[in-house]
Parts: sequence; C-alpha cells; structure tokens
Amino acid sequence: MRGRALDRAFQVLALLVLCLALAALGALIADVWRDGAARLSWDFLTGFPSRRAENAGIWHALTGSIFVIVVTAALAVPIGVGAAIYLEEYGTRSVAARVIEINIANLAAVPSIIYGLLGLGLFVRALAMGRSVLAGASTLALLVLPVIILSTREALRAVPPSIREGSYALGATKWQTVWYQVLPVAMPGILTGTILALSRAIGETAPLITIGALTFVAFAPDGLWSPFTVLPIQIFNWVSRPQPGFQVNAAAAILVLLALLLTMNAAAIWLRDRYQKKLR
Amino acid sequence: MTPKIRAQGLSFYYGAVRALHDISVEILPNLVTAFIGPSGCGKSTFLRTLNRMNDIIPGTRVEGRVFIDDADIYRPGVDVVALRRRVGMVFQKSNPFPKSIFDNVAYGLRVNGMAGSRSELAGRVEESLRQAALWDEVKDRLHESALALSGGQQQRLCIARALAVRPEILLMDEPASALDPIATQRIEELVYELKKAYTIVIVTHNMQQAARVSDHTAFFWLGRLVEYDRTDKIFTNPAEKLTEDYVTGRFG
Ligand SMILES: Nc1ncnc2c1ncn2[C@@H]1O[C@H](COP(=O)(O)OP(=O)(O)OP(=O)(O)O)[C@@H](O)[C@H]1O
Ligand SMILES: [Mg+2]
Repeated sequence: MRGRALDRAFQVLALLVLCLALAALGALIADVWRDGAARLSWDFLTGFPSRRAENAGIWHALTGSIFVIVVTAALAVPIGVGAAIYLEEYGTRSVAARVIEINIANLAAVPSIIYGLLGLGLFVRALAMGRSVLAGASTLALLVLPVIILSTREALRAVPPSIREGSYALGATKWQTVWYQVLPVAMPGILTGTILALSRAIGETAPLITIGALTFVAFAPDGLWSPFTVLPIQIFNWVSRPQPGFQVNAAAAILVLLALLLTMNAAAIWLRDRYQKKLR
Repeated sequence: MTPKIRAQGLSFYYGAVRALHDISVEILPNLVTAFIGPSGCGKSTFLRTLNRMNDIIPGTRVEGRVFIDDADIYRPGVDVVALRRRVGMVFQKSNPFPKSIFDNVAYGLRVNGMAGSRSELAGRVEESLRQAALWDEVKDRLHESALALSGGQQQRLCIARALAVRPEILLMDEPASALDPIATQRIEELVYELKKAYTIVIVTHNMQQAARVSDHTAFFWLGRLVEYDRTDKIFTNPAEKLTEDYVTGRFG
C-alpha cells in the first residue's frame, strides 16, 4: 500500500517537472513568436541584409546555414562513422584504442569556442582556407565528430552478438559482417545520433565567430570557397543593434532557425522509423 | 575409417575459468555424433571450438589441437573464414538475420561468391528450405521478414541457411529444442538424410533423440569427456557409472 502511494507521488512529481520544462520552452517560443511572427514573409526569407530593418532579409544566412551544415555532414559523417566502426569492430582490444576512446569522450565535452580557435589556426590560417564555407564546415565537423563517433559506437554495440555470430558462422568475413548485417541494424541509431549532432552544430555561433564569419556578408554563398554567414550569427548581429526594427528581425530569424531545427529532427525520426520498418 | 574431426588434449578457458578439460575425441565422417550432458557441462563450448566460433569472444584461450581432415585448424595462418564455410553451425538460440526469408538463406551463398545467376540462387534457396522442412510454410512469403516466423520456423530457417553453403560438417546445438514433435521428426529425418554426405555433430538434452538419431554419443560432465562410444553401448551398457546414472535419469 505504501509502495503504491510512493509510486503515485513519484509519478506526479515527474509530471510536474516535465510540465515545468515544457512551460519554460513554451513561454520562450511564445515570446519570440509574439515579437517576430508578424515579420515572417516571403520577402523576409528571400531578402538580403539592409541598413533599414524593414527591408532586411535572411536569404544569405539561411542558405549559408544550410550549405555549411550539408558540407559539415559530408565531412563528419563518413569520418565519424568510419572511425567508430574501426574502434568498435577492429581496434577495441588494443591499448591505443582505449586511449583514443577516452580522448574522444573528453573531446565531446570541450567548449565549442576552443574548436573555433583550432579552426582559426588550422583551417583559416595554416591550410589557407580563409573565412570560407569550407573552413566553417571543417570547424563544425571537428566539433560534431566526437558526438557522431560516440553515438555510432553506441549503436554498433547495441547490435545483438548473435547476428554477428550467425554471419561469421556462414563464412562471412569481418567486413562483410559489418557491412551487410551490423550496419543496417545500427543505422537508425547512427542516423539519430548524427542528426542530433548536426542540429547542435546548426545553432553554433561561437566557433564561427572565432574563425571570422561575422564579417558583413550580403550574398548567398556560391561555392566552398565563398565567404558566408549563418543564421545564429545574423541573429547575434541584429540583437546587438539599437533600432527596435532589428530586434523584430532577430525574433523572426529565431523562428526560422527553430523551424529548420524541427525539420531536421523530424527528418531524423522519419528516417529512423523507415529503417526500423525495413528491419522488421 | 579416418576421423573427420580429431580433438587432441583440448582445453578451453573463458578468462580464468576453465570450461573444457583435456578433451580428446575422434569424430567419424558420415555418421551422427551426439553430445549429451547436464546444462553447463561444456557441450556448446566444445562444439564452438570446432569451427573456431569462440575466437570472437574476447579473453578466451584454447589449448591442445583440433584436426579436421588431418589439418590442425588452430595452427597459425589458417583461413578461419574458409574453415567456417566448411564447418556449418546451427546455434542453440535461433538467430535469423533481420532480413527477408530469402535473403537469410541467400546470405551465405552471396558472401562466399556462390550465388551464381538469379535462378541458380533461387533454386539453391528453395532446395535448402525444402531440406529444412520449411519450404511449404514459407514459399508464398519468401520476401517477408524472417522475424515474423515462429520460433520453430526460425530455427529451421537457420538450418536451411547453414545447409545452403554446403558445408562438410554440420554442428547443431539443440536444433530441435523449440520445435513441435512433427517438426522435430522432420529434423531427425533430415539429419538421417544428411549424414550420407555430411559429418554431423548434434547437441541434445533429449535422450530419446540422441538414441534415435546418433551413431556415436559423447557424454560430457563438468567440462570433461566422461565417455564416448557407440550410441547403443552408451544407452544400454555404459562403462562409467556416471554415464549410466545420466542416461537413465538418475542424476543428482
Ligand atoms: N561467453 C562465456 N563467457 C564466460 N563463460 C561462459 C561463456 N559461455 C559459457 N560459459 C561457461 O562455460 C561453461 C560451459 O558452458 P556451455 O555453454 O558450453 O554449456 P552447455 O553444456 O552447452 O550447457 P547447455 O546445455 O545449458 O547449453 C558454463 O559454466 C558456462 O557458464
Ligand atoms: Mg549449450
């Protein structure tokens, strides 16, 4: 009887905490919505920066964000998944692999501005990429790499050993086993982890400011070497202006960024479900 | 008759725990050899040393030697992948791949470069499923998921999958423990049929089954091979008291 009551109390408590978290989020969104919703329009989405708030748009920053994140994914996903496969399937027993493993976990916790400094030194200066899309994407790729590696390893580890055994027992090589059996089963987990990592990257401001993406850019990026800006930087820029019109723009841009994030998360869920259905 | 499999002073360790003690046995071709013994006595462990399946468990160690056709399968430089194709295995817990029924059976053929043309592959898949007494139940849904099959059907699918690559030796770890009497009988008939071409080792907890299907029987106890002889001898006139107690159910 007491156990039941305790159970009930805990349930109510958990629900309260959940409501609190959701209420905070809801209030935040409602506030931004009130400020910025009226500003949302096709012209706002496809417009370019302007000295007059009511003419300014976010096309350059929106395309910049999308372009940078696509290049980030193209760089980080193959490397991250490949590294995770190596660590999980090939190198687990060596001391070196264990040292790498601990370091990756530490890297995932490093503040993002440190990655910005690294990107500035390595990509912008040493590799002479300048303040380009490629430099920004490379920096963000470094930032999300540890998270992709960790979540991929988690997903690989969750594949039942009996599937590997069944494959080996039929005379499959290690590579065949990983490619045909392990990866398809781990795919939903890998996709979810990757897209969550990229969602984090798309909201990152500090490392990109560090590598110098804050300079005024008034056009959409047209190639890997093109200068660029991204939504969070544009928002940061507008918020720091004194005119109230730009505050409204910032709120509207936040709404666009949120929509982009929600789209990515929805895509993650959709992809995961699709894969899981294929496995069933 | 020259033995197909010959274990010599074989010991096996899971970390510091010794699961097999100095096992020596000769398994003859074209016969069915049954492994019996109480749970945890090392039957599965021994079976898995015969196709080096234990290699993939970290921290394990083998001592002694195992010969297949007079070649030591633990000597350095052995192609373990090729070995496992020759020595097929059906696991104690059925483990179909989360793929279609067809792809489950075709997988071994594909990874070994034995798939051939589409129709050859389809023919081989059908033949394997027929051998495992599963064809009639699945022929209309070959491209549906194998995970939708019942437990017993899954086990027969695993048997079909193992047969598809035409191994020389078939190791079966309690293949009938999840089957109804009719399917069990089909499997036993299959074992009888297969032994013309294969060497079969079967682990079973069912004494009647061991007596029915096997020619030779090995009795294991606490990681040791207690007695190994012709099946009729083991069941009617064993040399060891321990064996007699076990096969007559007076154990414990
Ligand atoms: N992966 C493993 N790691 C550590 N110990 C193991 C492992 N697998 C088996 N063992 C141990 O080795 C011993 C023999 O196990 P094994 O699975 O070979 O027994 P078995 O005769 O097949 O039993 P059953 O009839 O229940 O299947 C047991 O004591 C078991 O606990
Ligand atoms: Mg067993």
